[in-house]
Amino acid sequence: MTLTLNTTLILPEIIMLTMACVILVLDAYLPKNLKNLTYQLTQGTLIATAILIFATYPEKSELAMNGMFVNDVMSTILKLFILLIVFLAFLYSRQYLQDRKLLKGEYLVLGLFATLGMMIMVSANSLLTIYLGLELLSLSLYTMVAINRDSQQASEAAMKYFVLGALASGMLLYGMSIIYGVTGTLDLNAIAQAISQTTEHKTILVFGLVFIVIGLAFKLGAVPFHVWIPDVYQGAPTAVTLFIASAPKIAAFAMLIRLLADGMQSLHGDWQNILILLSILSMAIGNIIAIAQTNIKRMLAYSTIAHVGYLLLGILTGTKDGYAASMFYVLVYTLMTVGGFGMILLLSRAGFEAERLEDFKGLNQRNPWYAAVMLILMLSMAGIPPMLGFWAKWAVLAQVVQAGLVWLAIIAVIFAIIGVFYYLRVIKLMYFDDAEDLTPITANTDMKIALSANAILILMLGLMPSGLISLCLGALGVN
Amino acid sequence: MFTDFSLLSLLIWLPILGGIWVIILGNNQASIARPIALAVSLVTFLLSLILYFGFDTTTPAMQFTETLSWIPAFNIQYSLGVDGISMPLIILTTFTTVLVIVAGWEVIQDKAAHYMAAFLIMNGLMVGVFAALDAILFYVLWEAMLIPMFLIIGIWGGPNRVYATIKFFLYTFLGSVFMLIALLYLYSQSNSFAILDYHKLAIPMTAQILIFLAFLIAFAVKVPMWPVHTWLPDAHVEAPTGGSVILAAIMLKMGGYGFLRFSLPITPDASQELAWLMISLSLIAIVYISFVALVQQDMKKLIAYSSISHMGFATLGFFLGSSVMGIEGGMVQMISHGFISGALFLSVGVLYDRLHSRQIKDYGGVANTMPKFAMFAVLFAMANSGLPATSGFVGEFLIILASFKVNFWIAFAAATIMILGAAYTLWMIKRVFYGEIGNEGVAALKDINGRETFILATLAIIVLFFGIYPAPMLDVMHSTVEHLVQHIGISKIPN
Repeated sequence: MTLTLNTTLILPEIIMLTMACVILVLDAYLPKNLKNLTYQLTQGTLIATAILIFATYPEKSELAMNGMFVNDVMSTILKLFILLIVFLAFLYSRQYLQDRKLLKGEYLVLGLFATLGMMIMVSANSLLTIYLGLELLSLSLYTMVAINRDSQQASEAAMKYFVLGALASGMLLYGMSIIYGVTGTLDLNAIAQAISQTTEHKTILVFGLVFIVIGLAFKLGAVPFHVWIPDVYQGAPTAVTLFIASAPKIAAFAMLIRLLADGMQSLHGDWQNILILLSILSMAIGNIIAIAQTNIKRMLAYSTIAHVGYLLLGILTGTKDGYAASMFYVLVYTLMTVGGFGMILLLSRAGFEAERLEDFKGLNQRNPWYAAVMLILMLSMAGIPPMLGFWAKWAVLAQVVQAGLVWLAIIAVIFAIIGVFYYLRVIKLMYFDDAEDLTPITANTDMKIALSANAILILMLGLMPSGLISLCLGALGVN
Repeated sequence: MFTDFSLLSLLIWLPILGGIWVIILGNNQASIARPIALAVSLVTFLLSLILYFGFDTTTPAMQFTETLSWIPAFNIQYSLGVDGISMPLIILTTFTTVLVIVAGWEVIQDKAAHYMAAFLIMNGLMVGVFAALDAILFYVLWEAMLIPMFLIIGIWGGPNRVYATIKFFLYTFLGSVFMLIALLYLYSQSNSFAILDYHKLAIPMTAQILIFLAFLIAFAVKVPMWPVHTWLPDAHVEAPTGGSVILAAIMLKMGGYGFLRFSLPITPDASQELAWLMISLSLIAIVYISFVALVQQDMKKLIAYSSISHMGFATLGFFLGSSVMGIEGGMVQMISHGFISGALFLSVGVLYDRLHSRQIKDYGGVANTMPKFAMFAVLFAMANSGLPATSGFVGEFLIILASFKVNFWIAFAAATIMILGAAYTLWMIKRVFYGEIGNEGVAALKDINGRETFILATLAIIVLFFGIYPAPMLDVMHSTVEHLVQHIGISKIPN
């Protein structure tokens, strides 16, 4: 391995960092009537970074920063999706934040830093880079949750998130230090090599592995490390919930792949069992407890937990096809989630939070088109064909069956059936009940277009899923 | 001669796109939306007749085939084709949709355009289910069909519609996901999702039994077989007339079709091994459910239970030791039941539109005020009880004949449907149509109008035609069924 800086590969990250700092300073000096510029600059930065990443689409895996940073097809695709999702997240939350006087420069800059953290995690090739990216992401998110200083609920959520998140980071760091202690290196490729060659210290390695998996499970929100998710999702302003629930999951997926698949593939037998347990528990707890929720943000929080369970199904097979299926799942999940929370933001207005399930009552009467959008999103989350969400579940189930774990697939579909119920309830409220609140739905044109496109994309990709599936297979280097 | 254009794709996508067009027109333009919906469904029906006239009855092979690559990474194809089993069901589907749209013409005033659109989209999806030759394509369409039906029952249904429609959705979804696992397992063994490849795949006995059971859950819920039938009476009672007709005439047939397309040819050894189970469940459905039907107070519920009982007859035919006569009888029974149950639900709809009650006790002496309608209703009731010279007789006769060859007592139990079916249907007719005029509402009833007469007369002609001359129906399916029976006879257990 040649040790080089190879700075061209990390140009997108550099641009992002520079722009985040520029916007931070600029925002402080902008006169009041130009405050919109901050938002536009932020979105512009995201687009520019995406173009730059697209322009440097790599043929094969390349290392930079002395092997600490890797640029491969998977990282490129994941970064493009992260930028797309963050772009949508900002777009959807703009009106909501403006109404609540929260659309400050700090919010957008923190969002950019969080995005930078995600991009670093996705491209990490060393334990240190992973940790740096993760902390950059987490610290930004903690602050974003607390952005509404006057809200007691949000402050409580931020506190919980911070304490539990710090605990998880500690666990992860502890695990990493043990792995470092055994292998003597932070580089993931070197770790993989060291682990496959050593036969001694197996117990210590597995001990470290367990801590790493716990840390990962915390960040992903897999049961039994999920307790922060419902409280944070409910307590945070909806715009922030949208942010937390979407793009960071892509980064968390990348972290799983980098650590477990790239770094510790030879310990697959050990981490598979842990992941099976986490997956079953997540699918069970997530889907069952979601039924009891009356707050839609909390319901979607439990739905997220369940989705994490399905996401883990692909990874735990330990095959490249399985990783690709999980990657497909996480991309589909973020597209659905960003749309789902987007709908909540759409129904909210100044002084009114559309947080309760009842707020969706009779939406078909109020506005048939947005009812149809929500219908597509809910059916997709439930995994009903022909929506995209079906293919995500289909992909991971196919890999689980392929790996010979038919019993696990049966458990997974049984919980999927239970899950269908609470998604159907939202549809029931929208279509079968009469509206109580007849306020017309108003939103910016860009949000209307984006939200509609989001739903149509989910339907159309559901009819033609081949491209996205091949993209994920290609990213993991399957044929 | 018709293979040079994609007829099956047209039959799937024309109604779906037509439905989307009607949705875009919106409920405010219902007066334009209705004729458009009718035109689309009529064109689809006429196009589907090409299938019949261009069909080669001498071969069991798939005809009108189309194949496009859909998801090459997993070898999933958009492949369509019909044989003697699926072709009649497709025509039944397109025909029933026309009737349903005519039947909902004036009756549905609330969100009329969406109502029509839902049935058009259903039409396309249902044709797709019967035409799909790729397991995943089949599954996608099979599940997608639930969405419009869920909305039809939930939006235009009766007072307890939410309970009924969620139960309907969850029940059928529960069944299908096990089929998905079975299909994924078959993929892991064969690396293909083509249904015809599965027919050739050798599978050990244990796996066959598990696959058979997975398919059984999916199809038994759909048929529905006892004891997973409880969703059907609820769904039927709450659904609007059109929804009930589609449910009874087409959706239930998908379960039966699934047995013929998946269970029997993919797992022939397990089908024989578990034939006792299938025959027992079918007989319970025939006898026990008939008794249940006898005590119903609600006309729609009575017909719903009658459907379960008649579909039990079809499944009995399929599993009678793989005889051509039994399977053909089952197919005829399914198609004929499609017409008869549709006609009965439409008849109940005629009464319900006038008096807004489905309770038998709210009627009495209807024949005095609605003589034309009574004539049709009595004819369909006779057909439902299997009177010779109606299509209801043909299937039942073939199946009873086939079961005599297997076992006298099976035939004996099956033949009770002749008595019990007549008992519950005719008793209902007696209480609703004959006797003194029951109340003022009945006295004020107006006889059926031209639109209703047209629908019922069309169905009556078909029911009589196939009762007197069933050959056209039997001819198209004969070589396919023969081939199927031959195929089932060969063990697929690898040595």
